[in-house]
Amino acid sequence: MNPLQSIHGWGRFPVIEAKGVAPLDMSGVKVAVQDHGVGGMIARGLGRSYGDSSLAKFVVETRYLNHILDFDSDTGMVTCNAGISLATLLEVFVPKGWFLPVTPGTKHITLGGAVASDVHGKNHHVSGCFCKYVECIELLTGPDNVLHCSRTSHPELFHASCGGMGLTGIILSVTLRLKPVSSAYIDQQTIKVSNLSEVLALFEANHAATYSVAWIDSLATGSALGRSLLMTGEHSSGNMLAGPDKHPITIPADMPSSLLNRFSIKLFNSLYYNRITKKEVKKRVHYEPFFYPLDGIQHWNRLYGKNGFTQYQFVISKEAGQEGMNRILKEIAASGKGSFLAVLKAFGKQNSNYLSFPLEGYTLALDFKIEEGLFPLLEHLDAMVLDYGGRIYLTKDVRMSEKTFRQSYPRWQEFQAIREQYGTIGIFSSYQSRRLGLDT
Amino acid sequence: MKKILIIGATSAIAEATARRYAKKGSKLYLIARNGERLATLATDLKIRGASSVDTALLDVNERGSQGPVLEQATKTLGLIDVALIAHGTLGDQKGCEQDAEKALLEFETNAVSTLALLTRLATIFEKQHAGTIAVISSVAGDRGRPSNYVYGTAKAAITTFCEGLQARLFKSGVHVLIIKPGLVATPMTEGLSLPAMLVAEPDLVARDIVRAIEKRTDTLYTPWFWKYIMAIIIHIPTALFKKANL
Ligand SMILES: Cc1cc2nc3c(=O)[nH]c(=O)nc-3n(C[C@H](O)[C@H](O)[C@H](O)COP(=O)(O)OP(=O)(O)OC[C@H]3O[C@@H](n4cnc5c(N)ncnc54)[C@H](O)[C@@H]3O)c2cc1C
Ligand SMILES: NC(=O)c1ccc[n+]([C@@H]2O[C@H](COP(=O)([O-])OP(=O)(O)OC[C@H]3O[C@@H](n4cnc5c(N)ncnc54)[C@H](OP(=O)(O)O)[C@@H]3O)[C@@H](O)[C@H]2O)c1
Repeated sequence: MNPLQSIHGWGRFPVIEAKGVAPLDMSGVKVAVQDHGVGGMIARGLGRSYGDSSLAKFVVETRYLNHILDFDSDTGMVTCNAGISLATLLEVFVPKGWFLPVTPGTKHITLGGAVASDVHGKNHHVSGCFCKYVECIELLTGPDNVLHCSRTSHPELFHASCGGMGLTGIILSVTLRLKPVSSAYIDQQTIKVSNLSEVLALFEANHAATYSVAWIDSLATGSALGRSLLMTGEHSSGNMLAGPDKHPITIPADMPSSLLNRFSIKLFNSLYYNRITKKEVKKRVHYEPFFYPLDGIQHWNRLYGKNGFTQYQFVISKEAGQEGMNRILKEIAASGKGSFLAVLKAFGKQNSNYLSFPLEGYTLALDFKIEEGLFPLLEHLDAMVLDYGGRIYLTKDVRMSEKTFRQSYPRWQEFQAIREQYGTIGIFSSYQSRRLGLDT
Repeated sequence: MKKILIIGATSAIAEATARRYAKKGSKLYLIARNGERLATLATDLKIRGASSVDTALLDVNERGSQGPVLEQATKTLGLIDVALIAHGTLGDQKGCEQDAEKALLEFETNAVSTLALLTRLATIFEKQHAGTIAVISSVAGDRGRPSNYVYGTAKAAITTFCEGLQARLFKSGVHVLIIKPGLVATPMTEGLSLPAMLVAEPDLVARDIVRAIEKRTDTLYTPWFWKYIMAIIIHIPTALFKKANL
């Protein structure tokens, strides 16, 4: 067992002292779970969740459980240990003509983390969440209990674990259906959009696009409220499976957070928006810059300084659409606490996993540096989000109240009942699950 | 298609190196003592592109088994392009200070077993008149330090032994690579409080190893800056060095 270490999520807030163990194989995981300390334990992948989802006094780190266990080159069905990263999967399988069916905005997450957060990508409106492509998982619910979970075997435990934030146990391996592609490139179209109603209309109009997302200038006000760049993408045809090998640049240490003030963010957003002078630009780009623009800068989370930051990602119902977004954006713009990059996306239908985040409507994600007055602002936004039939994404959350959680994740009791049945309450728990009243 | 033999194949550094060779479609022969992990690794490497992966179990301290295992490996691979020796234990320095047997066991695992393996491999490679024998030593062998001198002594033994081999096997066209990693994030260093700036990922070390094998480098410090750190460390006067808590 390792000594105490300081750990944190991607937002670098909060920082806690924890004991960690990084098992080398399945028997190592069992031993770790057997000797877990008091205070509950949680699985931890690459720590890309922003808040306190993967924080506990005792963490089981999956970094050495990174092997590919099986692959069927006819069907694209792959089984891996849960600690393998999406980056590795891409590196190995893109040259063979297979792509991730769903990918978040960074490839530096583990397969276990992708399942536990039931992550979504730019294709949610047509393809749904990650777990839709998960055939089955091996789940450890106790030292002597490893269960094979799928839609037919322990189905309720399967649906609770998909998006279950590690609270049902440790996912040991995942069987995933990859998606065939003939190229590593994406045909990207960028449309310059001058306001909110235009961008929402364009999401509708581009419903058939495989990928779509908008980068929105959260500080623009008045008639420019919601000005953005809408990007859509399709996998290119033509046999181009290889790609350029680029090395990311690194942010070496904490940047003084004063670098990120209202002025610099405004300037950045403005430059970003005006980067494109034409109304529409079409380009063929490698999948890396299309899906993972921020992965090009390692440790970019250090840009927010040593107090850290949080990402506020909410969804509101489709009916609330324009009016809701309009009001929330105004509120954010007025607060002046805007963010570098705000990402807007239209979601498709919600799935049957108990705690999955997406529901049909619009989602917006913004970064806020941790500072005085931020949490009251977010509380205030929470209330508006709830009014518009929405909720906050658990894997980004670091401060939502128990009440907000219960109201916006109405299936939480069913989720708890399954945890109760499999005996994982209080055993697998995180700072977040305690804050949300799922554990004590 | 290269033929690669790896001893201590389940080590994190060896695994990262094997993955790089697998990607190139190499033929691999892996030797390790943990059967479960060895089998998992073999499957992983096959899917990643290795043209074949064979395995054998060996606790390197069972010296009587070394010969037969290597014989089987040469039978399977034929001519060996690269043999990499990667096993090792960091050991419990404090424990070794109190217990001579314990200290000798560490020396057995980190030095004696390796010297025996090297002797056997030298014979095989000398007959081949080609190929690379690569051995993971350590910067710890460059100067004895109170925090790990038992381990460091073993690594120093390997380094010196390999220097001799380099000169001997050069005449037969065989390349001997001494690998001196600095600090690497692997199970061996798990839980130690190390300066994050100085700790490298195994894949970076693996990249350097593969490159040094291609370039027929004699001694590799990896990452590169350890060459300079160690140049300073070995020149610190003993009178000062004794007082510093390294
Ligand atoms: C730059 C960036 C962009 C992002 N973009 C998106 C996006 O577009 N869409 C999206 O959905 N998300 C996005 N995310 C969030 C990220 O995909 C999720 O937080 C993901 O879960 C992180 O995975 P991880 O391996 O780092 O897990 P961690 O952060 O370590 O853990 C996250 C949760 O998963 C659980 N977990 C991890 N491994 C296991 C396991 N083996 N068994 C059981 N539970 C486990 C943990 O307990 C925790 O609750 C983004 C994050 C970043 C930093
Ligand atoms: N990590 C560093 O900072 C660092 C720095 C300098 C040098 N090195 C050297 O790099 C090499 C690789 O180590 P690593 O960092 O990759 O650590 P690692 O992952 O812990 O690997 C060590 C390997 O040695 C094997 N081993 C130990 N005793 C053995 C025995 N008697 N018989 C067979 N195998 C045995 C272990 O097998 P099991 O898994 O079965 O225990 C394990 O696979 C070692 O020689 C080490 O000394 C490491």
